[in-house]
Amino acid sequence: MEPQDLTKVVLLACGSFNPITNMHLRMFELARDYLEDTGQYIVVRGIISAVGDGYKKKGLIEACHRVDMARLATDTSDWIKVDAWESQQPEWVETAKVMRHHYKELMTAEQNNDYVDTAKKRRIEATKHAFEDPSSYHTRRDNGPQLKLLCGADVLESFGVPNLWKHEDIAEIVGRYGLVCITRNGCDAHKFIHQSEVLWKHRKNIHVVREWVTNEISATHVRRALGRGQTVRYLLPDPVVSYIREHGLYSAESEQKNADVVLAPLQRHTGPSSS
Amino acid sequence: MSARIPLVLLACGSFNPITNQHMRLFELARDHLHQTGQFQVVGGIVSPVSDGYGKQGLVLAKHRIAMARLALQSSDWVSVDDWESQQPDWTETVVTMRYHYGRILKQYQEGTGKDSGPTTNPHHLTSSSPRLKLLCGADFLDTFKVPGLWLDDHVEEVAGRFGLVCVSRGGLEPELAVHESETLSRHWRNIFLVREWVRNETSATEVRRALRRGLSVKYLLPDSVIKYIHQHNLYTGDSELKNKDVLLRPLTKQTEMPVKTLDD
Repeated sequence: MEPQDLTKVVLLACGSFNPITNMHLRMFELARDYLEDTGQYIVVRGIISAVGDGYKKKGLIEACHRVDMARLATDTSDWIKVDAWESQQPEWVETAKVMRHHYKELMTAEQNNDYVDTAKKRRIEATKHAFEDPSSYHTRRDNGPQLKLLCGADVLESFGVPNLWKHEDIAEIVGRYGLVCITRNGCDAHKFIHQSEVLWKHRKNIHVVREWVTNEISATHVRRALGRGQTVRYLLPDPVVSYIREHGLYSAESEQKNADVVLAPLQRHTGPSSS
Repeated sequence: MSARIPLVLLACGSFNPITNQHMRLFELARDHLHQTGQFQVVGGIVSPVSDGYGKQGLVLAKHRIAMARLALQSSDWVSVDDWESQQPDWTETVVTMRYHYGRILKQYQEGTGKDSGPTTNPHHLTSSSPRLKLLCGADFLDTFKVPGLWLDDHVEEVAGRFGLVCVSRGGLEPELAVHESETLSRHWRNIFLVREWVRNETSATEVRRALRRGLSVKYLLPDSVIKYIHQHNLYTGDSELKNKDVLLRPLTKQTEMPVKTLDD
């Protein structure tokens, strides 16, 4: 396939990044390798979007630190960038909204780049209008970049947790955008998709990437080790390890933050308004 | 309160190539030994095996040494030693250990004012001469069972005279390996088993596989090592075929050795 025939993809990873680890970074690399291996895609950018403090997850330290660490971690990457928009919002922002925000930015950037190509510009405008209408889930067929949510199997399966996600948000994420899910257990992921009507409907938009080599450097483990004064060297990039030490992050106290608080999505959705 | 025993950790292996996992072994081992209250880890040595080992896919020692040096640039206590890799034939682990132990002891006896090598002695912390222990992964313990790979006396010396620090990760049973070996069981006090709770199966084998297939290995090894690999075009389909029909040197060397006499 010629390079211009390839569909451009931008991978967006939303999460706590509390802290960012080599596993998070590996996810991007694995996803890019997988998509480009199909011969249909070219991955042009990776975006790390750290959740805001309003998420109220237990042990979640300040967003400014989490964003700074992610920046240090991606310093040596020429395609993965950190975006602080979500982290700066006063209230927690639904993932679908974050995706809309980034997709809009992508389209605007694309438009600015292609001011010469008026046909393309018209197509992009049409797409933008279609996109403003949340009830339309057309998959864009223009050559503008596709935005896909990059995640682990835990996120995919969290779609099943009551009141965590709005049904229409799930439909939008897999219908309009797409999912790239990194998992050790491909069978479970496929089974989960099979058992969900909305996921099954948009299965072509869900890429399950088998991680053949287990790499479970969870941020939870990292925080636990730090709390006990144990080494985390080589689980995260060196600059991040230094940053954590310099700022005295992650202790038994920091792990207790939000201990008695309800997670923002659950607070928001356990009301009469959710569908 | 008795002074801590100073300790140097020696890791022998292919390091083909060195990965973050290898370097993590040192960090985990040091933490664990410090927490016992008995030891002060004063140095770490990475000793890549010589080309004579004959393992399939082993790239030239000069590259493996260069990569390890790049990787350990950022470490202030672990360094690379090329003595083993420079020997004309494959060297038994115990011989490498004897060499390093002799060197460390000599340095200690001459008094350390110098800042060189892995045995910089913070003399205000320790008083006795440094010990040397073999640092390894759990899979290494299983090699003691392979017929013809180890001489019994050598296992005895490694476990009894020196000692082992074995770091395990998901799936392997180091306690079982110790239990199943008479020699290792006898020296259980000298064998420190360290648990790595993070299930991380990244290995040099997987790294080589990914490189052969043109896949990314970023964040599995330091960037400087990845750059070196690409610059020298190491780890291709061809490099993995090296030594394909060659017998591992330990298996041939051990059978060549004369029978040990009782008064040896």
